[in-house]
Amino acid sequence: MEVDATLDSGSEGKPYGTIFCLYEARRRSKNRRAKAQRKKKQVSDDEDDEEDEDEAPRKRGRRKRTKPQDSDQDDEEDKRSVRQKGAKASRRKAANEERDEESEEDQGKRKKGGRAASKQEKEDQNKEKKGNVKGKDETNKGSEKDKKKKNGKQSSSPVSSSEDESDEESMSEGEIAALKEQVEEKKKLIATLRNKPWRMKRRLVLLKEAQEFVEKFEGALGKGRGKKLYAFKVMMTKVLMGLPYGSIPRKTVPRSEQDTAMDFSVLFDFGVRILGVPCLLPYGSWDRLQPPGYCKYSILFYGYYNNERTIGVLKFRLPLSYLLTGVGIFGYSLMVVIRTMARNANEGGDGGDEGEFTFSWKMFTSWDYLIGNPETADNKYASITTSFKESIVDEKENQKNENIHLRRFLRILANIMILCCLGGSGYLIYFVVKRSQDFAKMDPASLTWFQKNEVEFVMSLLGLVCPPLFETIAELEDYHPRIALKWQLGRIFALFLGNLYTFLFALFDEVNAKLETEQELKNATEWAIHEYNANYSSYYNTTDVPPLVVNPADAVRGPCWETAVGIEFVKLIVSDMQVTFLTILIGDFGRAITVRFLNYCWCWDLEAGIPSYAEFDISGNVLGLIFNQGMIWMGAFYAPGLVGLNVLRLLTSMYFQCWAVMACNVPHERVFKASRSNNFYMGLLLLVLFLSLLPVVYTIMTLPPSFDCGPFSGQDRMYDVVMETITQDLPAFMGTIFTYATNPGLIMPAVLLMVLAIYYLNTVSKGYQQANLDLKKKMKMARDEEKNRRNNKDSTNQVMKDLEDLLPNKSLIPPPTEEEPPHDIVIEKGSKSTKMKPGSAGKGVNLQKEVSLAAPNPRRPVAHPPRARGGPPGHLRGPLPGPGRGRGRGAPPRT
Amino acid sequence: TRKEILRLFYRYRDLAPQLVPLDYTNHPDVKLPYELIGSMPELKDNPFRQRIAEVFSEDGEGNMTLDDFLDMFSVLSEMAPRDLKAYYAFKIYDFNNDDFICKSDLEKTLNKLTRNELTEDEVRMVCEKVIDEADLDNDGRLSLEDFQHMIVRAPDFLSTFHIRI
Repeated sequence: MEVDATLDSGSEGKPYGTIFCLYEARRRSKNRRAKAQRKKKQVSDDEDDEEDEDEAPRKRGRRKRTKPQDSDQDDEEDKRSVRQKGAKASRRKAANEERDEESEEDQGKRKKGGRAASKQEKEDQNKEKKGNVKGKDETNKGSEKDKKKKNGKQSSSPVSSSEDESDEESMSEGEIAALKEQVEEKKKLIATLRNKPWRMKRRLVLLKEAQEFVEKFEGALGKGRGKKLYAFKVMMTKVLMGLPYGSIPRKTVPRSEQDTAMDFSVLFDFGVRILGVPCLLPYGSWDRLQPPGYCKYSILFYGYYNNERTIGVLKFRLPLSYLLTGVGIFGYSLMVVIRTMARNANEGGDGGDEGEFTFSWKMFTSWDYLIGNPETADNKYASITTSFKESIVDEKENQKNENIHLRRFLRILANIMILCCLGGSGYLIYFVVKRSQDFAKMDPASLTWFQKNEVEFVMSLLGLVCPPLFETIAELEDYHPRIALKWQLGRIFALFLGNLYTFLFALFDEVNAKLETEQELKNATEWAIHEYNANYSSYYNTTDVPPLVVNPADAVRGPCWETAVGIEFVKLIVSDMQVTFLTILIGDFGRAITVRFLNYCWCWDLEAGIPSYAEFDISGNVLGLIFNQGMIWMGAFYAPGLVGLNVLRLLTSMYFQCWAVMACNVPHERVFKASRSNNFYMGLLLLVLFLSLLPVVYTIMTLPPSFDCGPFSGQDRMYDVVMETITQDLPAFMGTIFTYATNPGLIMPAVLLMVLAIYYLNTVSKGYQQANLDLKKKMKMARDEEKNRRNNKDSTNQVMKDLEDLLPNKSLIPPPTEEEPPHDIVIEKGSKSTKMKPGSAGKGVNLQKEVSLAAPNPRRPVAHPPRARGGPPGHLRGPLPGPGRGRGRGAPPRT
Repeated sequence: TRKEILRLFYRYRDLAPQLVPLDYTNHPDVKLPYELIGSMPELKDNPFRQRIAEVFSEDGEGNMTLDDFLDMFSVLSEMAPRDLKAYYAFKIYDFNNDDFICKSDLEKTLNKLTRNELTEDEVRMVCEKVIDEADLDNDGRLSLEDFQHMIVRAPDFLSTFHIRI
């Protein structure tokens, strides 16, 4: 093999050569072993490459000799992305000239091991190598070049360089010059390609290749426009493809899981199956034991983050900022929600007005001036018409009364049924979560797919089935649609919330169990280290014991409950997303297609009849958004990547749903506004925010963080980070101030003060409300009076009320009036009924009206009597007028 | 803002490139006929487009100068204060320009909103109800004060009475 040759050459007389040799040998053996073990094509490919790389002379050196493990792994990733390009590139080079360069570079790389080596030495080596290389590379030219490419890329990547601490990267001038030359050459080629007497096809191919090359290596050389892009690319590969290959255990995939970790099927498999994948995989792979994949160790989750106090020159305090960000998110969201609500309350005027201006509002504000699309306009016209018709019907129905007892009974029945549903779903979830914990203890290989995903499955199913069920039950209640909608939303809300909380409680059980195992593990680890130290010191008889070196992949690790919680939330979100998409696809799209195409050959009209098209459920979707937000709030602390994930999800679902709405939904018959200006939804959001805040804050304040993962590892409580910062980094007086501020003696009065302030403000606002109500009443009264005056110049409100009171009495008890002149009474009756007319919307009798019109004059005298009539005439008639006068509407009991 | 004004100017100009010169400073008396204004995508589906154009145009016929055009969109923008919007909304719904919204105005509004799909009875009833609800001084028609009193309490007024450009 080539390796041997190079090694020989390298080892000639040069101390670092030997080192290299040793290293090479070790690595080779390792690789061989690995190869034997691993069947996976992908993995073995990587290994191959690795091997090749080590052997082959390279364009640019690798810097990472000192940290073989890490750099290896880095290579592996990089290579994956680069391999293809590399292969291509290799083809295009003229063999000979390249070879020279290669060997030269190879030199550089060697030097890497000991950068101190003088140029002289290098030169020598170079020459020797050249000889060697020439001798043998006839055969594996291809692979060599491959290598070269890759390394070139890799070595200049900023990330990889930052990762290895010991050797700083710097290319020898020779390498750089060579590369530059090459790039220049390619550039020249591009420039002069037009003049070459080649066939077009060849020219094109060449041009493309050259351009690619230039772009790639210009970036690598750190100049030209490719630089940033290049750096970005490399970084993204690293970040996305799993930085897990870090230097600390919890960022690294454990050994037992390593061979399968990069497998596609497992990559996302912290439990969630990507639907549709099963059919792509070879048969049987589902039954195989599947340990968690990469994602578990990526930046997605809590466990990835470090507990180093400060990072970099700027002393970025990761743990502190982690905590503050987590808490700050809540503070910020709270503020935003409350501010929006307050603004809405201000703008929306006093909420008590609802129902006062129904028709006017419908008339003047129902057209949305933003509409600029004929189809939307049509829908709007239709919905406005329906809404008008509905309110007309409502108005008419308002007058009549129905069997109130039956309705009450039905409502109570419906509520009981719904409560049962809620309780049942809560219990179901608790049961399932408990069962899943049992499953988790069993051998994963023996579990079926369903058993493993039961929790998410059941939760999604409940979310799918219950709302329609509630809707059906709500039919019993026969509320006004708007009120019914609120009830419905409230119930769905309760359902989701109940489910979420049951889920949380079950999760807490699990967390506690994990905490216990962790404690054991911690003790065991400490014991092991202690043993090690003792052994070491006794063996070498020295006190300064070098730290135990364990490959990060092999290190023992605790269960890290924070990551586990984060994983649960990610699972929830992902399965939720799947359910949403599937519902839309099957429920909306499938239905629309069926209805549309079966309609040609069906016995009734499908489009207008039973199945018809689905309606877009605005309120349900808004509720879904609110819940989604709640889950994010809850999960974001344990899985910071969740936020990004959710942004993606929301973006995709926005476009997807937009398409679905446009393509296969019909507009709702009645339109309910779910806009920002609706404090109902904001109120729900606030409630959700508060409820999701609780568990997070509880865990932050009470549960001890895992000892070996996350930014707070090693601390008793998470908030200790804050204390630590205060005592160590802030000036002393700040510390004292803080101590005083946190003194219970100070906090209690402060809380008391706040409670009192709230109480006071509450009282004041109640007072204002009362005043408002009074004013409104007064205004209404004034209006009524005005109206009456206009309709009947002679009577005041008072009079009218009197007359109203009197009227039924008179009709029922004619005798008392006998004392008065009959003429008068007739007139009174007449005037009364005319006055009633405007108020009771045309109930008046025409005949009476005629009477009143016919005798307008006699009525005049009556205008004065009312005052008097309260006294004397009433006196005559007994006790009736007294109460009747004071309270116009108090009439009924008397009849 | 300057940017918005410029954008509006370009929109204005796009409606009739042959009529509106690019350098507007020297030609202040250009007017666009209502047909052009009403065919803007923002307005073309609006049942009240003619009223809008009439209210904002100086001559009351819907022919707009650039100033009128700017006026219109500034009132209909999100930034305009509520009272201003209410004032112009009142004018828009006041079809016969008598500074009161009377029954005939209401009927017209309603018919435009529903494309004449309500029966006469229903229309009359709705109009009666509206007057009944909103008429504070009981003169059988809505004055500007009545209208404002009613409209500022409407939750959707601000969100529906604006046009984004």
